[in-house]
Amino acid sequence: MTKLNTYRSGPDERGHFGIFGGRFVAETLMPLILEVEKAYREARADPAFEGEMRQQLKQYVGRPNPLYYAERLTGQLGGAKIYFKREELNHTGAHKINNCIGQILLARRMGKTRIIAETGAGQHGVATATVCALYNMPCVIYMGETDIARQQPNVFRMKLLGAEVRPVTSGSGTLKDAMNEALRDWVTNVADTFYIIGTAAGPHPYPAMVRDFQSVIGDEVRTQMQELEGRLPDSLVACVGGGSNAIGLFHPFLDDSTVQMIGVEAAGRGIEKGPLDHAASINGGRPGVLHGNRTYLLQDEDGQILEGHSISAGLDYPGIGPEHSWLHDVGRVEYAYATDQEALDAFQLCARTEGIIPALESAHGLAEVIKRAPKLPKDHLMVLCLSGRGDKDIFSVAKHLGVEL
Amino acid sequence: MKSADVLAEGRIARRFAALKAEGRAGLVTFITAGDPDPTVSQAVLNGLPAAGADLIELGMPFTDPMADGPAIQASSLRALKAGMTVRKTLEMVRGFRKQDADTPIILMGYFNPIHAYGVEPFLADARAAGVDGLIVVDLPPEEDEELCIPALQAGVSFVRLTTPTTDEARMPMVMRNTSGFVYYVSIAGITGTASASNTAIDAAVARLKRHTDLPVAVGFGIKTPDQAAEVARVADAAVVGSAIVTRLADSLAAGVDGAAAVEDVLGFVGELAKGVRAARG
Repeated sequence: MTKLNTYRSGPDERGHFGIFGGRFVAETLMPLILEVEKAYREARADPAFEGEMRQQLKQYVGRPNPLYYAERLTGQLGGAKIYFKREELNHTGAHKINNCIGQILLARRMGKTRIIAETGAGQHGVATATVCALYNMPCVIYMGETDIARQQPNVFRMKLLGAEVRPVTSGSGTLKDAMNEALRDWVTNVADTFYIIGTAAGPHPYPAMVRDFQSVIGDEVRTQMQELEGRLPDSLVACVGGGSNAIGLFHPFLDDSTVQMIGVEAAGRGIEKGPLDHAASINGGRPGVLHGNRTYLLQDEDGQILEGHSISAGLDYPGIGPEHSWLHDVGRVEYAYATDQEALDAFQLCARTEGIIPALESAHGLAEVIKRAPKLPKDHLMVLCLSGRGDKDIFSVAKHLGVEL
Repeated sequence: MKSADVLAEGRIARRFAALKAEGRAGLVTFITAGDPDPTVSQAVLNGLPAAGADLIELGMPFTDPMADGPAIQASSLRALKAGMTVRKTLEMVRGFRKQDADTPIILMGYFNPIHAYGVEPFLADARAAGVDGLIVVDLPPEEDEELCIPALQAGVSFVRLTTPTTDEARMPMVMRNTSGFVYYVSIAGITGTASASNTAIDAAVARLKRHTDLPVAVGFGIKTPDQAAEVARVADAAVVGSAIVTRLADSLAAGVDGAAAVEDVLGFVGELAKGVRAARG
């Protein structure tokens, strides 16, 4: 492991975390990307921006959400003391809204009048449509037609909120294609449009910006754990697709050397089956360049991007945020994985022991908790980011359990 | 400029010098390598110079062509489905060079397939195959050290895209390591969709000429011989891509056999060339 004085200083001025990150976009977008970066820097220095964001996170999103001691699960696993950071209690049911509030305030500050976004499972699309309704901005959500078919409730939610959902038929009709299509829209409408990217990936400054907006998760955990236990947690666990909830939880703790961190990738039908059967970019991919940044990607020998697989549409992306790639390479964060089946088992266990139906994404993190907690002492404080609630997943879970709804 | 010196004797410079001597603009044609299959694609490529193409852009297919419209997206997927790779694209260039030593070939695509191949081996193999320049859409000047600088050092031109959003302040940076020619993307958008007005193109070319001595090629949205002629009146070259790719796709979709489809698309290139050649007549 490389020992650094700080793990929290990135990215550099060109958007690099070590060799990862960067600004790999078409020239048409480049001036706009620079404008976003400048506007973001100014906004962060402006107490009025911070103030409005805090106010909305409190009044509208419902923050702070609890750091909840999962007592029955802890008892059942018989080891580490397990806490859930209850992001699923946020308005719209997931952590995605934290970032959308920040980005729409930035879009307004920049005088942009139209919002676009991509979505896979629909959680980011719903969160974006929500803030667009709140601020009365027209909103176009790009969503792969394959995802539209498997996430009908979220499609309807977005429409109720006044968004236009544009089906993406290019490529394989999933999240990466939706992101391509959103980029094509942006390049065509640079003058009036702001692209709210949902995960901690994309061209600089997005990975840093999304991380900062999501860091409210880790900041709250730090305060809450001090109140509850009088000390820092010993380990943090979060699922990783693009990695926005994970980086939001981890980042405030990166320089606390006693805090261990585990990101959990989606292993689908099994990493050993090859990159068409999982969505674990770090565990089963290699560095490449896509969607504006260098990062670990699922790709073939020729550098063509592969379609990952996961039971969870929110983790089903062939890349990962560049800061995670760097944290993996320098050894600060460990990246584990959980299969579809392990996530399904964790999903059901959580429902029965804690009365909480987690998102399938979060269930991947929980699967890792289930593996680790029994081997750890009872005074080990472990925090799982319960990034979203699972109402959206009941149809696909029912199908996997052979139940007809 | 040092890099420009290295490339000043290359095919691109020679071709633009010849066009200038003839007093006309050039026609730059784009096709996707391996679309719809390697055999037909090679036949189209080999036939382009005789049909009137002055320079050739050969698309390296990529699964996620973020700056391309539906026509080139579809052509990339057809080529990939037919087994196209970077290695086979370079083989196509080698095949072409057996019969044509003069027409410049510029590979156009996205960075990841080159990244996966390895920048140094790619540049060495591309140069050996007879590639003259590269256009890589997702490498703005901010990322010059990735490929642009190594390419110039390897004696391969790096042709930069400039766009309506490239402002005056940015222009020197965009021009700095550009070589061969400058490609003006005439609309803010993706390939094969909207077209810019003639007055907008006139103004843009005039603006670029204040910043560079390199030839200026104009593309995006040029679909007909008349449009190509309009552009050829003011620019050093007109680039046509989606319209050619669509022409090929349409005849194959209509059940035309390979040889006839090749003949048809080369006939279309001939019409484009006629437009370009008559433009300043």
